[in-house]
Amino acid sequence: MAGSSSSIMDNLFQRTLDDLIKSMRLQLLNESTFISKSIEDIRREIKSTDPQTKSTALQKLTYLSAIHGVDMSWASFHVVEVMSSSLFSHKRIGYHAASISFHDSTPVLLLITNQLRKDLSSTNHFHASLALHCLSTIATLDLSRDLTPDLFNLLSSSRVFIRNKAIAVVLRVFDKYPDAVRVCFKRLVENLESSDPHVVTAVIGVFCELSSKDPRPYLQLAPEFHRILVNSKNNWILIKVLKIFARLAPLEPRLGKKIVEPICEHIRRSGAKSLVFECVRIVITSLSDHESAVKLAVSKIRELLVDQDPNLRYLGLHALSVAAPKHLWAVLENKDAVIKSLDDEDSNIKIESLRLLMAMVSESNVVEISRVLLNYALKSDPEFCNEILGSVLTTCGRNDYEIIVDFDWYVSLLGEMATIPHCQKDEEIENQLIDIGMRVKDARLQLVRVARDLLIDPALLGNVYLHRILCAAAWVAGEYVQLVRNPLELIDALVQPRTNLLPPSIRAVYINSVLKVLSFCLDCYLDQDEGTASSYCCNLAGEQSEMFLVKTHTEAPELVATTREGSNYEQDEGFNPRNTTIESSDDLSDENDTDRVVTLLSMKNFTHESVVSLLNRIELIFSSLTANQDVEVLERARNIFAFVQLVKAEIIDNSGQNVDKKYTQVSAVIKSIRDAFSMELGPVSISAQGRVAVPDGLVLNENLDDLKAICGDIELPSSSSFYTGGPQFGTASDASSSNLLKNDESGPSNESTSLLEHRKRHGLYYLASDKSETVPNDYPPANDPKANSNINDEADALAKLTEQSLLLKKRTNQMKPRPVVVKLDDGDAAPIPDKRPEPINDSLSGAIKDVLGSEANLSVSRSNPLDKSSTKRKGKKKLGTDLPSEMKENLGDAEKPDPENPNPSSKSKERRRRGKEKIVEGEEPEQRGKKKSSHRHGRHKTHQRANSPLNVVSQAPVIPDFLL
Amino acid sequence: MIHFVLLISRQGKVRLTKWYSPYTQKERSKVIRELSGVILSRAPKLCNFVEWRGHKVVYKRYASLYFCMCIDDTDNELEVLEMIHHFVEILDRYFGSVCELDLIFNFHKAYYILDELLIAGELQESSKKTVARLIAAQDSLVETAKEEASSLSNIIAQATK
Repeated sequence: MAGSSSSIMDNLFQRTLDDLIKSMRLQLLNESTFISKSIEDIRREIKSTDPQTKSTALQKLTYLSAIHGVDMSWASFHVVEVMSSSLFSHKRIGYHAASISFHDSTPVLLLITNQLRKDLSSTNHFHASLALHCLSTIATLDLSRDLTPDLFNLLSSSRVFIRNKAIAVVLRVFDKYPDAVRVCFKRLVENLESSDPHVVTAVIGVFCELSSKDPRPYLQLAPEFHRILVNSKNNWILIKVLKIFARLAPLEPRLGKKIVEPICEHIRRSGAKSLVFECVRIVITSLSDHESAVKLAVSKIRELLVDQDPNLRYLGLHALSVAAPKHLWAVLENKDAVIKSLDDEDSNIKIESLRLLMAMVSESNVVEISRVLLNYALKSDPEFCNEILGSVLTTCGRNDYEIIVDFDWYVSLLGEMATIPHCQKDEEIENQLIDIGMRVKDARLQLVRVARDLLIDPALLGNVYLHRILCAAAWVAGEYVQLVRNPLELIDALVQPRTNLLPPSIRAVYINSVLKVLSFCLDCYLDQDEGTASSYCCNLAGEQSEMFLVKTHTEAPELVATTREGSNYEQDEGFNPRNTTIESSDDLSDENDTDRVVTLLSMKNFTHESVVSLLNRIELIFSSLTANQDVEVLERARNIFAFVQLVKAEIIDNSGQNVDKKYTQVSAVIKSIRDAFSMELGPVSISAQGRVAVPDGLVLNENLDDLKAICGDIELPSSSSFYTGGPQFGTASDASSSNLLKNDESGPSNESTSLLEHRKRHGLYYLASDKSETVPNDYPPANDPKANSNINDEADALAKLTEQSLLLKKRTNQMKPRPVVVKLDDGDAAPIPDKRPEPINDSLSGAIKDVLGSEANLSVSRSNPLDKSSTKRKGKKKLGTDLPSEMKENLGDAEKPDPENPNPSSKSKERRRRGKEKIVEGEEPEQRGKKKSSHRHGRHKTHQRANSPLNVVSQAPVIPDFLL
Repeated sequence: MIHFVLLISRQGKVRLTKWYSPYTQKERSKVIRELSGVILSRAPKLCNFVEWRGHKVVYKRYASLYFCMCIDDTDNELEVLEMIHHFVEILDRYFGSVCELDLIFNFHKAYYILDELLIAGELQESSKKTVARLIAAQDSLVETAKEEASSLSNIIAQATK
């Protein structure tokens, strides 16, 4: 008594959902405490024995869960309780709560099977409706299996709205429990023939979803779909049917002919944009062979593109991008509209038009389009700006710059992009700058110019998004220093004070570039002094500068002729560099193109003073860097510092002395450094390591476990290994000289620390694991200058191996008008092919397909004799829609042994007729399961056991030609 | 198919959520947060489609409410727009010129109406009249039950049970 009275009190004073919502709206200040307080109330109320109190509590909880994301999994048992109430109002709350909160792993799902079954078969249709709704969201394998028979009954319910829902639920059930197909598919297909448009809507919706996974099995239903396409006036249905046909048409070429006419009719006649758009889409995707239809569709697209409605403009662009792969002409035809859309206020439209523009890009128009896009990038918001830059970079860089002919132009474009204020595509630009440097010899001159322009501007150093680009520029300038017009200016740029804004890793690259440039300058200076007449083609400049000179000549012979220095150059033999008194270090600004030749000549004219002042400056700058925190910077700075001191001592000492005798020691050092740096770097294949022969006696496999322990906490080098690979390569092969250098400056080494021991033992690992210098953790203490020399031997060996493998891979130089782009024969940073996600064909959908095929057949065949009217209708339709000639053609096809169907269709028809009877009788899913397994067998047995369903299955792959 | 339906107010408050594809509670809140950020920030008179995680979200603003439906990439956006409009018309008919408050206070009814319109992410009923009729029938079922439950005799019976 006490209990029940308290429940009445609960009932009377319980807050309803309305109350909850109202007080929640008043309590604007502290929503979360209010919610947690309400949850407390609900927890208490939901335990009440009074169904009214309980359901109200559950309703409130559902509200909080749906709107405020409150967890309600704890209440799942109460949900089941409320679901089982006999009152519709309570039941509805319970079911609603279930469909919101239950998921596949909710434990109480096991408890509701019987409840669902009871409600599905309830005489109250609204109860059945609730159960169906719930099932459509929470059905699991178990539920699907257990409730399939009930669902089967509802598929032919006299109540249309129940039948509709049952049809929709079938989708989920098939997905969870493919065997349900055997039971329900037939009825599903029957519903296709329903005269009620609502039922047809529902069934077509289901087939539309089913066919999106794997359309093949539904080919046999094509005649049904075709009938609907021709007869239906309902746009909802037509759109779905078109979607189905879009998937079927590519599978069956004859289908296109059948559907193209009604589709064009819809395009012409229909006032519903959604339908027209769907028609356009199917034409451009699946009916591209039908020229007139495509033309019609494209003309529709053009209308969409200029429409007032942004939705239609967007869809127009979208349709164009769908059409682009097959009908590029359609895009080109509408180029103006597309470019205009770049200006649209809607970012979605802008992005869509950007994609289209990218689809249009080809060798011939890449310059023009990139120009347009860069202009847009300059004036658009940061986000879209980067979107533009990103797509330009990806498109141009695709397949090793496939579409680029003029690399000078492209390199300048990269430089221009870098300086666009919003540019954040640093990584991509960085990679391309270096990549082009390595792959395209002819572009290097321009590349160096662009790099110089970037490096020389102190303002750029302040922008973090430019750092990586500057890093690439520094590397390029250092690597191809012989093409630099003015090395001294370059050194100034590389050591300018604002470089301290750079992160250490990039600074290290800068320093390495300084070393390259410096050694180049010194080498030239020494060469000068030695008075070698043929200094222009000295070994340092190597073939690259040779190549470049030739190029310059062919490009601008008249310029060379008219330039004073140029003519000097022509009379090479008599030319004494010392006589040319050009102070190249002061000649910073001249941008003239004729300068190319001039500076090539002048850059080697280093006076003694200029060299000394250069050395002094570098010494000064790097003396401060030798206290840098970063080991990478520190080590490189120290190397340069020591090098400069070494060189300086000798140069200053020897000034004015006998030319022949001086600098012997230093020049050997410089020569070997130059030699190391002048070896050309090429792109490295991803599989390069695999081609390096394993030296005898080296067992890599055994030691790999050690490797884990050693490198456990080392991060794998990122993409940066790309450029750091350059310097490392040089340094490594430079082993002997740096040994020399180190011995010179610090005498015999005595390393005995454990770390050094470690390096000695695992030296190979150190290199192999990173191939770069990006492993600062494992570097020995920065103040131990000898440590490095330890690994030199192994490094040397490895470097040689790498070298060899690089040489082996020297790419096939195609002689094309465009500069040669080095490509590796395989495994290059391969363009990742756009992978179209194939329709997932897992075992599950495979099973569906299997069963669907057979069932489809059986149902079609069955419906013929059973349902007289439908047979007639089909016959009529055949006559109505098929031209006689096509009929003949189809018959002809049927005679031919179809690859998919070894049996002549007449036989299969016969079998079908036999099959039909037994299907009507034998409905048990268990039996069916057995049948399916033996395909071929069944065929023979059919004749004896006319009541075995096997025969039906055997017809699975038949595409009923007569219906097409 | 439709993956989910969201109703979001202009202030970013959620008014209704319906999920046809499985999302955990965590994912749900994330989706709502992301999408309301994207959609509410779009200026009026832009197109009604947003690409989102490989899907498309079709949204339309009615007064202060944004109706959003997430669909597959291959679905017909215009059709979904019509569907949204269809839903709004049904709501309008049911509540009599519907406003946001109606949906706030009759949150469950909005669900029931949506349930009659869509099932398993598919349109099941394209006739406004039918939906209205079904909803009315269910309402009357509930009403009669409620009357019975709240009648004095019932309370007494319960108390003395």
